[in-house]
Amino acid sequence: MADILPNSIPDIAEIRARWGAFAWTSENAEQAKTIVGRYPPGRQHSAIIPLLDLAQRQVGAETRTQGWLPIPAIEYVAAALSMPYMRAYEVATFYTMFNLAPVGRYHVQVCGTTPCMLRGSDDVFAACVAKGMKKGQTTPDGLFTLSEVECLGACANAPMAQINDDNYEDLTFETTTALLDVLARGETPKPGPQLDRQTSSPEGGPTTLVEMAKENHDYRPQWALEAKA
Amino acid sequence: MLEDKDRIFTNLYGFQDWGLKGAMGRGDWDDTAALMARGQDSIIEEIKSSGLRGRGGAGFPTGMKWSFMPKEPKPGKPNFLVINADESEPGSCKDREIIRHDPHKLIEGALIAGFAMRARAAYIYIRGEFIREAETLAAAVQQAYDAGLLGKNAARSGYDFDLFVHRGAGAYICGEETAMLESLEGKKGMPRLKPPFPAGAGLYGCPTTVNNVESIAVVPTILRRGAAWFRGFGREKNEGTKLFQISGHVNKPCVVEDAMSVPFRELIERHAGGVRGGWDNLLAVIPGGSSVPLVPAHEIIDAPMDFDGLRDLKSGLGTAAVIVMDKTTDVVKAIARISYFYKHESCGQCTPCREGTGWMWRVMERLVEGNAEIGEIDMLWDVTKQVEGHTICALGDAAAWPIQGLIRHFRPELERRIEERRGRTLEAAE
Repeated sequence: MADILPNSIPDIAEIRARWGAFAWTSENAEQAKTIVGRYPPGRQHSAIIPLLDLAQRQVGAETRTQGWLPIPAIEYVAAALSMPYMRAYEVATFYTMFNLAPVGRYHVQVCGTTPCMLRGSDDVFAACVAKGMKKGQTTPDGLFTLSEVECLGACANAPMAQINDDNYEDLTFETTTALLDVLARGETPKPGPQLDRQTSSPEGGPTTLVEMAKENHDYRPQWALEAKA
Repeated sequence: MLEDKDRIFTNLYGFQDWGLKGAMGRGDWDDTAALMARGQDSIIEEIKSSGLRGRGGAGFPTGMKWSFMPKEPKPGKPNFLVINADESEPGSCKDREIIRHDPHKLIEGALIAGFAMRARAAYIYIRGEFIREAETLAAAVQQAYDAGLLGKNAARSGYDFDLFVHRGAGAYICGEETAMLESLEGKKGMPRLKPPFPAGAGLYGCPTTVNNVESIAVVPTILRRGAAWFRGFGREKNEGTKLFQISGHVNKPCVVEDAMSVPFRELIERHAGGVRGGWDNLLAVIPGGSSVPLVPAHEIIDAPMDFDGLRDLKSGLGTAAVIVMDKTTDVVKAIARISYFYKHESCGQCTPCREGTGWMWRVMERLVEGNAEIGEIDMLWDVTKQVEGHTICALGDAAAWPIQGLIRHFRPELERRIEERRGRTLEAAE
């Protein structure tokens, strides 16, 4: 299921040499302890997804990319949870957010599912391709990896892309191009809708709850009126 | 039309602070202990009487679901509440708004619902891709702990209750309740056979109820305003208010809360600025997220947007994710893309789904081009019927229904493409 997917995770000498000594940083060791603490005693296997995510992020921080899961990192997490390696491997390969091969600095995940397709996700892909990206590949400079992903749950702001941890919504060919230019310069673009719009409210201003746009309105006094009437 | 004072999610668009202070200013956490003091059975009765049906798609009555939980948990088998925030159904984007803009409604609802079903702990399973949303939710949960609203003697109710946020990592199937439990236990998200139902043996083999985010987040307001208030909206058996998510070919896509049973035309006209190119340009609508069959324009325009109204059109309300398609849409391609989605998301456990979703998608791709025989339309219909109902979970059904909807309403278009391509081929041969 995972998308950045050779048929299996490369288990070759160079990767062993590079990642064989994978271990939590002291900060992540604390974090891992907190995560395992969320589950009942003896149920530490529940922490496998959050810990693999933590491992991927640590690899990402070390390589200045979104990160991926080399086999030694999976082995390390499995051992930390007293889980057979194969069980951890199954999880790593089942869920799409785990990268099974190195990715670029920015992982550009463009949603291509129907609601985004109807609103022009093809244009978003075209803008990425125009910048030299190819689906499922990383650019030679290591800056961008392009993936087509399935619905990311921002359909009222379609089309959209998730780039590393942030969503960029209401995209067009032009705004996508601008976004990629900003990223290429090493800056962080403003996440969210790329047109003048408050989150998922209708463009041009909300049709409901207009008081809320001005102040933290409390509607309860109006409930009371209703009860008296 | 629903008035603003009757909307539950007043910070839906995030104009204001999502944090505890802002939420309390809007009425959340207002004497929660008093609501809980009404007693567990009384809360369940109130929710039953409100008519609330599950907001995750299936529409099962929420209060009744809670009543299946053991009233006296056995030692070593505590009750669990699991909140489904794995919002992944194409078209759906409502739970995201609750989580990032009104998280305290969800947290307060979790405490009350957890108390009502005698759970001491709850997990919120949030889809992995909701990264910023999960950060907000985790921060809101921490705020609640710091303010004594969760944990020991939560909200001074005398009840101990813990709430944890658990992030997934990208798998649509984990929105299926038993797959979610498997995933939460640290496994691949493969659905379990039922029975046993989660209320008997769920998370870690303990009694568990899985509820959608919206179902839980509306609970505190229902209790504050009374079941009769909530029941006052919508038609019988379809009561309440609902978050509608309008996407596709409308002038202004948006998420909006309105009364159940609102007519389709009114919903779109009032909130989404109408259909792109006008009402005559409307082709079809997928009214409840990708897994429900599409409905052609003339059937849906004046239909009430609720569970029964859409069931009567051989579709469904699902999550109220309304995907609008105008006449510029390549409707076959739109459905083929949905077929690809299900092929991608099939967990691979049951053969009819694992093989069938790929098979159906490949035929759909050929139908887009008209590269098929007329008879293959019937064969495709037949295969959807062989997948539907023959799998452990509903993903097989969800993959079959959109195609059935397409064939039911757009068969002439499918045939036209086949004929047209055949014509071109013959011409080329001459």
